[in-house]
Amino acid sequence: MRISILVFAKLRDLVGAPRLDRDVAAGSTVEGVWQALAGEFPAAAPYRAALSAAVNAGYAKFSTPVAEGDEVAFLPPVSGG
Amino acid sequence: MEHAGFSPRGDQRLLPGPGWYTGVLPETRIPLLSMTAEPLDVQAVVRRVEDEAGAGRPGAVAVFIGNVRGENLGRRVAGLHYEVYEPLALHAFGIIAAEAAGSWPGVSLAIRHRVGSIAIGEASIVIAAASAHRAQAFQACRYAIERVKQIAPIWKRETFDGGEEWIEGATADPSDAAARQAAYQRACG
Repeated sequence: MRISILVFAKLRDLVGAPRLDRDVAAGSTVEGVWQALAGEFPAAAPYRAALSAAVNAGYAKFSTPVAEGDEVAFLPPVSGG
Repeated sequence: MEHAGFSPRGDQRLLPGPGWYTGVLPETRIPLLSMTAEPLDVQAVVRRVEDEAGAGRPGAVAVFIGNVRGENLGRRVAGLHYEVYEPLALHAFGIIAAEAAGSWPGVSLAIRHRVGSIAIGEASIVIAAASAHRAQAFQACRYAIERVKQIAPIWKRETFDGGEEWIEGATADPSDAAARQAAYQRACG
């Protein structure tokens, strides 16, 4: 199934684009999407412990299932304010 | 983008007020929770939260203004750039406003964050908290800025002498009860 991946800040710099459209296996979770991304961009892999995630602009856990057409965002540690 | 008197943002509306009847252009309200690439207007944020507080002016409004420092981590900063995941950031502001309303009943919050490139000395965020009494307004305002720093998906890239760098703070997790408790304790400390 086709999903979109959004990445921000330093993670976007590592990946080289703000948004990627990718095919993942049906039944994948956010964790599965991350593993696919980290496989494609090994430099991003060490980020896993510090990341949080969102699905369709709502906070999500890495165990959250994703569905066709979902927008999955990976968020490096934040620094607003 | 916004300019005086008109904004395309969907939740901004023209309010018929006294000026409506005297030929003066009615004022455009900013959203209660918002982002803008324009310089922040502190008075607009204050007016908005006073509107939200209902009929008559609230007894107390506490305001926090975060400005870009010219020095950070011992080095001279030339400028900042803020990146945001806007729909989730607005959702985060909504979570923060709801948490504050739960802890300080009757308090209203307005939060406005600037995005894009910001010069030294300019404001990056304005938070206004309105309440019947000052204690609750101060506490809710402090709580809100602590929570913005913990959970809002906003990132700053600092440009300094000799380079630039993304600044990384907290892992954003609104369900982290310990982080929320720490913000509450700072607010009430």
